[in-house]
Amino acid sequence: MREMEKLLFTTEHEWVDVQGDEAIIGITDFASKALGDIVFVELPEVEESYGMGDSFGVIESVKAAADMYIPVDGTVLEVNTELEDDPALLNQDPLANWFVKIKINDKSQLDELMSPEDYQRFCEEEA
Amino acid sequence: MTEEKQTPLFGWHDANGGKMVEYAGWQMPVQYEGLIAEHQAVRQKAGIFDVSHMGEVRVRGKEALNFIQHLLTNDFSSMKDGEILYTFMCYPEGGVVDDLLVYRFGENEYLLVINAGNVEKDLVWIQKEAEAFDVTINDESENTGELAIQGPLAEEITQQLTDTDLSEIKFFHFKDNVTIEGVNCLISRTGYTGEDGFEIYTQWEDLEPVWKALMEAGKEKGIQPAGLGCRDTLRFEAGLPLYGHEISQDISPLEAGFGFFVKLKKEDFVGREALVKQKQEGIPRKLVGFELIGRGIARSGYDVVLNDEKIGFVTTGYLSPTLNKNIGLALVDRKAIENADQMQIQIRNKRVDAKLISKPFYRKNTKSRD
Repeated sequence: MREMEKLLFTTEHEWVDVQGDEAIIGITDFASKALGDIVFVELPEVEESYGMGDSFGVIESVKAAADMYIPVDGTVLEVNTELEDDPALLNQDPLANWFVKIKINDKSQLDELMSPEDYQRFCEEEA
Repeated sequence: MTEEKQTPLFGWHDANGGKMVEYAGWQMPVQYEGLIAEHQAVRQKAGIFDVSHMGEVRVRGKEALNFIQHLLTNDFSSMKDGEILYTFMCYPEGGVVDDLLVYRFGENEYLLVINAGNVEKDLVWIQKEAEAFDVTINDESENTGELAIQGPLAEEITQQLTDTDLSEIKFFHFKDNVTIEGVNCLISRTGYTGEDGFEIYTQWEDLEPVWKALMEAGKEKGIQPAGLGCRDTLRFEAGLPLYGHEISQDISPLEAGFGFFVKLKKEDFVGREALVKQKQEGIPRKLVGFELIGRGIARSGYDVVLNDEKIGFVTTGYLSPTLNKNIGLALVDRKAIENADQMQIQIRNKRVDAKLISKPFYRKNTKSRD
């Protein structure tokens, strides 16, 4: 069970679960609700490398397409292919249903992410 | 930024989980519970939409018929009182000013129901064209509230609130001065979903009691408040055009495949010359239906590619909630698509194969169509 308190967050409403040199990335409840019924995901290729802030995937609801941005420089280690068959998992439980796992190239970039408290304030301002 | 307008149901939407968005200068609910659930409710049971943002313009006068014959593309000469016709209003160049419904009250009185986003532009256009005719034009948009109740159970639910026998109102007909829940209304068997159902017009301040009564009457039958989100997926499946997508100033009704509503044999109307010419010289583009074979969702504006050449663009595309397929409408070069049964959609950095399929994507026998 993933706990909010132990995660970091981006301004693009992604959560980042740091585990040593690796990170698991998903979308937050706020993003899931804002998108509405999620019906399609496009996952990145495994072993592909991206620079911080690059678009590396897409999540689409009935109405709209939203890019996923990699929060730090990294290389894709694993993707959650379960989402391709059942994208609605991202509506049902966005914390449990991760998007990708990456290898972090530069851990110092994690300093730019938000704490749970900062993210909550950020959401309140956006709402 | 100008202040967004609120419909008489704004408070109700806000209190009942409506997710409000800006649309054509109005604050409108895009969804409540969820787009797909609302879409299914309309297909299977009933959904209720606030469409008070629509514009209503009344044309009166002894030259009213001559005027709308001049202004609009359909032929109103044999129309009877209580009937409704769908039509286009075109520019002289053949592009579309707006698409609208015309309600006939009498030879000297018609009500035009126009798109919210086009109200100001339409009024200027209509008034300018009306200068040569003995007619008066009244914009009633600000006093007219409108809702749509759509779905197979729409009649059964609405009938509980009125003594008027609704089964007598045929498809594309209306009745004025119908009392619904004690409120004086105009009711028509029309809609924008491909399902049976009604659109109900009343005074601005009287709309909320009618809405609430319908919600109450439909509660046991599974009525669902429905937002603009599913209004678009529903009309798309049913092959109904949306202004700015399938038709626009740059897309003629003939290109979009709606020639049935353009009566070129009518003596004269604005745009006739250009449309006749287009027909004679060959209509340059064609609106086609497609289904993606590869993965992805085709969105409005995406390029359509054939043999490495751009041949058009997607006008609307969705994962169809009814068919559970990724389908779309695209406006493409007519010559290029001739003999083709496949094309490609440029989705971000990929070209995804699509096969051509017939439209509309969904068809239901609308009750009491005569």
